[in-house]
Amino acid sequence: MNSNIFIVIAWSAIFYGTPLFFAALGGVFTERSGVLNLGVEGMMLIGGVTGAWASLHVGGSAWFTLSAAICIAMAAGAVVAALHAFLCVTLKANQTVAGLSITIFAGAVGLSSYFANIWKVAEDPVTRQIRRLDVFGLADTPIVGPLLFNHTILTYLSWVMCAVASWYLFRTKIGLQLRAVGESPQTADAMGINVVKYRYIHTMLGGALAGLGGAFYSLAIVPTWVDGMTKGAGWIAIALVIFGFWRPGLTLLGAYLFGALQSLGTVLKSRSFDIPGDVLDALPFVMTIVVLVLVSTRFAHKRIGAPAALGVPYEREER
Amino acid sequence: MTNSAVRMTGVVKRFPGVVANDGVNFEVLKGEVHALLGENGAGKSTLSNILTGLYRPDEGTIELNGAPMSFASPKAALDAGIGMVHQHFRLVEPFTVAENVILGNQETPFLIDAESIIDRVNELAARYDMAVDPNAKIWQLSVGEQQRVEILKVLYRGAQVLILDEPTAVLTPIEADALFRTLRAMTAEGRTVIFISHKLDEVMSVSDRITVLRGGRTVGTVATMDTSTRELASMMVGRSVEFSRVVRRNPGVPADVVLSLSQVNCDDDRGRHALHDVSLTVGRGEIVGVAGVAGNGQRELAEVIAGMRSSTSGRIAVAGNEVPNGKARAAIAGGVAHVPEDRLHTGLAAGHSVEDNMALKNYRTPLLSKFGLLRRNVIATQASDLVTKYDVKTPDTATPVRLLSGGNVQKVLLAREFSTRPKVLMAASPTRGLDVGAIETVRGRLVEAADDGVGILLISEDLEEIMSLADRIVVIYEGRLVADMPAADATREQLGLLMGGAKMEASR
Repeated sequence: MNSNIFIVIAWSAIFYGTPLFFAALGGVFTERSGVLNLGVEGMMLIGGVTGAWASLHVGGSAWFTLSAAICIAMAAGAVVAALHAFLCVTLKANQTVAGLSITIFAGAVGLSSYFANIWKVAEDPVTRQIRRLDVFGLADTPIVGPLLFNHTILTYLSWVMCAVASWYLFRTKIGLQLRAVGESPQTADAMGINVVKYRYIHTMLGGALAGLGGAFYSLAIVPTWVDGMTKGAGWIAIALVIFGFWRPGLTLLGAYLFGALQSLGTVLKSRSFDIPGDVLDALPFVMTIVVLVLVSTRFAHKRIGAPAALGVPYEREER
Repeated sequence: MTNSAVRMTGVVKRFPGVVANDGVNFEVLKGEVHALLGENGAGKSTLSNILTGLYRPDEGTIELNGAPMSFASPKAALDAGIGMVHQHFRLVEPFTVAENVILGNQETPFLIDAESIIDRVNELAARYDMAVDPNAKIWQLSVGEQQRVEILKVLYRGAQVLILDEPTAVLTPIEADALFRTLRAMTAEGRTVIFISHKLDEVMSVSDRITVLRGGRTVGTVATMDTSTRELASMMVGRSVEFSRVVRRNPGVPADVVLSLSQVNCDDDRGRHALHDVSLTVGRGEIVGVAGVAGNGQRELAEVIAGMRSSTSGRIAVAGNEVPNGKARAAIAGGVAHVPEDRLHTGLAAGHSVEDNMALKNYRTPLLSKFGLLRRNVIATQASDLVTKYDVKTPDTATPVRLLSGGNVQKVLLAREFSTRPKVLMAASPTRGLDVGAIETVRGRLVEAADDGVGILLISEDLEEIMSLADRIVVIYEGRLVADMPAADATREQLGLLMGGAKMEASR
């Protein structure tokens, strides 16, 4: 691998940014429907542990095993998200509380660790991990080769997803209706759009993508299961949704920025820069706080176009 | 009848504690503008919500073009050709006009073809004389333009029957005229318009026939050319039972002004001009009634006087001393008491105890607090004294007020307001929602206070209440005081006309 430090950091930004992007893209869908999901961290960990389990236990070729692991991780994330949707949409619970509960329930010292224990997934590294692909044999091209053509298939998939998501949100009828549900469920309902259906589907889609992001940690980054391995990535993803103004393209850029911050510690330490590791590890979270504070002012919220009904349960007006 | 577009027969809709529609009969012919006229609470909105599928009637039938119908949802009604233009627009603000128009339409292809949609919107807009740019975002549009988008939406869906809920409430007179032309263009093509309103003049000018609702029942249907605003007003308010004026121990002294407003203007929450040059006086011991249909500036009037809302110009004085603009604490110190319309949210802290609520206005006095610490025992004593004096039915003074009945909640509020020995008291709909006994108590307290010299501004939609209590009556319409007369000279009919926006001359 090319050892130029900037290329290493840029490559790492994309590599570490990929799971952040998956989870944040899920958040874009969920929040566009008007549901706030603070359970992302929990859903990522569930995706991580189920993905790790599947890679150890599903037989067949490496391709088949890893595909199955990814599907299982996404399905598991979607199931947890369905619980969130049930709480928020059907029971009209407070979305902040529901999301926090899910992260606590499924998260680092909860369900994901329990599964890891009973399935004994933490004992061995995963035998089948998602490896980098040298697409088109371009990996050895100077600069762009290592930077852009030396990633896992999931990174390439994320670029496709980003384009598809933009197209879906802004060019299709379903996307238009989804955005209407998040902006003004009263209007959507009056026009015959099924608010509940849209919210369930997109909350579950968000959960599936969070699960995918989690699986990226256990199958590609680490690659094995470690309790609480996402280390707050879910929270960064939630900030990223806002940072990306609820748009897939900007969210992708934001994910790479945070990916760079996350990797900075590792890269600089390995090159014996004299900065305390803890400070570097804290960087993405400091940035998260800064972003959240900046955008949570009323002014910013109006300007950057948060879905107007975000976090508000929808009830038909009855007397 | 084959000519019938909509026929509703014996429609009953009950809500917990209220019968909103009590056997309404209502028939609309194809190609007419049919006005549905009635005061607030007469059942107009409930009826239209039934017709558009939002509510299901408990009894009664709906026929559309002669065929029985029952709508499970707004979508079903829309698919059947009934479209509603809501008073509060159902628009997605960050979307463009065209995007709003196609929202929820089955026929829109999966991939949105912006060009053809814009063409169709332009074509519809031109056909009905409604200028609006399909590419504009909703939030960029004026209220009148937004309303046109609402109308375009239902037309785009192919609605044959359009229901407009108080469409002119938000419009300027010029915009309203444009709307009326549009409605005419639609009926000329055989579409049917149901026009909900409580404004007599516009009903007379826009409709072919008028159905009047009162208290959830149909009073009657008349042809517009055969009726007059006078007849409509009496149908709307009803020539109900005789009521008696209260007997006053001490008549008020209008010359000794305790509250005066001169040329007061203010804006509402949305920044629209809500009060226009309002000038008003209340004398010592005088009860001045403010009559008007809700939403004509009453809330803003009360809030401006109470210092909860800043005026944009004009002066307010209590007992000759000018009150600083928009300072509630200064208004209280100046002697203003306020019994707001929303007594449990604006008037009281619902979750707090009776005694805390009673101390809310005078907790700063040395009697109730020392060095910033509350004297709980004095507060408790004050509360139990007031509870006895005002006959509040409560288990104890530590009970949260939200657990009390409506009448007792109002007594707590009155007790607190009167305990500050105000010079002026504003009461907004003080008896709304109360039972007969509580109404009597509350009215009795107001009269008693007036006898003791408190000037009272009684803001109410209940004409009977105003006519039986007030010494003098002013009428508010669209933020202006349109009449000021001794209560003894006022008739229900005349007030009804004025509240509906008829000119003073017309009522003479």
